Amino acid sequence: MSGARKLLVFGGISLAVFGMLYGLHYAIFVEHQTLDRMGGSLAQAFVRAAEGNVPELDRAVDKYASTKYNYVRQVDVHSHWIGLAMLMIVLGVALDGAALEERLQTWIAVALLTGSLVFPLGVMLQTISHGAFWASMLAILGSGLVTVSLAVLAWGFIRRTT
Amino acid sequence: MGMSTQVVPTQIAATFASMSARRLLIFGGIALIAGGMLFGDIFAVFVLHQNGGQTGQTLLAATEAVRAGNSLAVKQIFEHLGGLLEDHGTKLDAHVHMTDAGYLAILLALIQPYVALPQRRKKLLAGWFVSGGLFLPVGIFLIHYVGLACSPFASIGWASVLADTAGAVLIVVLIAEAWGLWRFLRNSSNTSEPALPADRTWERRTLMGGGVVLVLLGFLYGAWYAGFDLYRHEAREVGILKTMLDRATAGQGGTVVAVADYRSLAAEKAVKIAAHSHLIEFGLLAMLLSFVQPYVQLSDTWKRRWVLVLLIGSNVLPVFVLLELNLGLLAGGIADVGGLLVIVGLMGMLVGVLRYSGSLDAISGAPR
Repeated sequence: MSGARKLLVFGGISLAVFGMLYGLHYAIFVEHQTLDRMGGSLAQAFVRAAEGNVPELDRAVDKYASTKYNYVRQVDVHSHWIGLAMLMIVLGVALDGAALEERLQTWIAVALLTGSLVFPLGVMLQTISHGAFWASMLAILGSGLVTVSLAVLAWGFIRRTT
Repeated sequence: MGMSTQVVPTQIAATFASMSARRLLIFGGIALIAGGMLFGDIFAVFVLHQNGGQTGQTLLAATEAVRAGNSLAVKQIFEHLGGLLEDHGTKLDAHVHMTDAGYLAILLALIQPYVALPQRRKKLLAGWFVSGGLFLPVGIFLIHYVGLACSPFASIGWASVLADTAGAVLIVVLIAEAWGLWRFLRNSSNTSEPALPADRTWERRTLMGGGVVLVLLGFLYGAWYAGFDLYRHEAREVGILKTMLDRATAGQGGTVVAVADYRSLAAEKAVKIAAHSHLIEFGLLAMLLSFVQPYVQLSDTWKRRWVLVLLIGSNVLPVFVLLELNLGLLAGGIADVGGLLVIVGLMGMLVGVLRYSGSLDAISGAPR
């Protein structure tokens, strides 16, 4: 088993376990409370509207929007870490079928692992500081690394020569 | 379907022994994916649009209650809305969990050579995993219908207990497989079966290359969505909600239009996210199926046909799901046909794998 394959398979498994543990922690300690807050603030907005209390209505809608902003990103972080980990494991098993030099395979494995770790991390950091530029940049950098690596691998798999 | 005249190569046969963990995981995985996709297609045709319509009606009733200043009615309507969302959510989750359990089963089949555990234990783990992968979505599906009937718990019904138990079984199996991988990593000579054959046939290259391209397209589309649509959608949702409630509070007209806008936004978000996730999932499926090709005992022509059917379906479904925004139900129907093509391709390959295992068992005289 080459170094690149080891990095992808075992890096992928570690990332999957990390993503699952993160999801488990989120589901047990955060998700139910977040969903209650999200549904509750939307219902609250309608109740306040029925009472004709416009300032409270606006506050409830803003609270709903802010909670949903965090919820969407937290769920995305969990699913993207696990999804990218599964992709890394499959690519690790298949890497011998890619008609690419061993040195390039190693670089791709490093880029995939880094990108798969950094991209969801950037998305998660957006929930700490809403709309933070540096967090978005981290997510873009990570997704860019994964995209370029995948493009090179697709070319390697489709090539006829070994 | 022409009979394959290929002789079963000994090296490949050794990786697919009768009633082995790998065989069980490949059969179970393909069956779970096909079952999950079929359920997804049925859900899209018979439940999704109807549920969306009812949700819109309920939201409209809530704005009418707001206009009438009846806060009690608002609370009751929101309870009903919760039931509709649970109906939609559990069906979507059942579809996703069944196909994902299938992907994981095939993934586990691939890494079996690197799992340093006794064969009997690996077979037992494979059986548990496939059973867990079946009962998890069944439990999730039943949550909406069983509710809290005959349950000794305050907020957890029997269907949730079934789903959670099946989920726990999957986690236990994954931990055991990870333990086997750890043992292999510590001593790589500790291997219990031969590695997968590393051939580069047209089918394998097309599925692997096509799969990576699909994942790449899904990734690029996701990046586009995150960059140009996500924040715009979030701002639009808040704007529509405030307009809807302000108009209802002031007793003005236009709430029907605002509810229609809200439904239209929800549909736009749903189809864009579905296109992104389906492109990536089908890409991953194609990549996983490329490893199964040595076990598909069909003529080369038929093997290639099923590969093309699967890849065409994998492109048609996400593209036409996106076009639903412009073409409506016509595009939705074509997207469903795309999903059906993927299922047909999968079933074609499954038949090939069944034929392969049958001929292998006939040669070895293994019990069925």
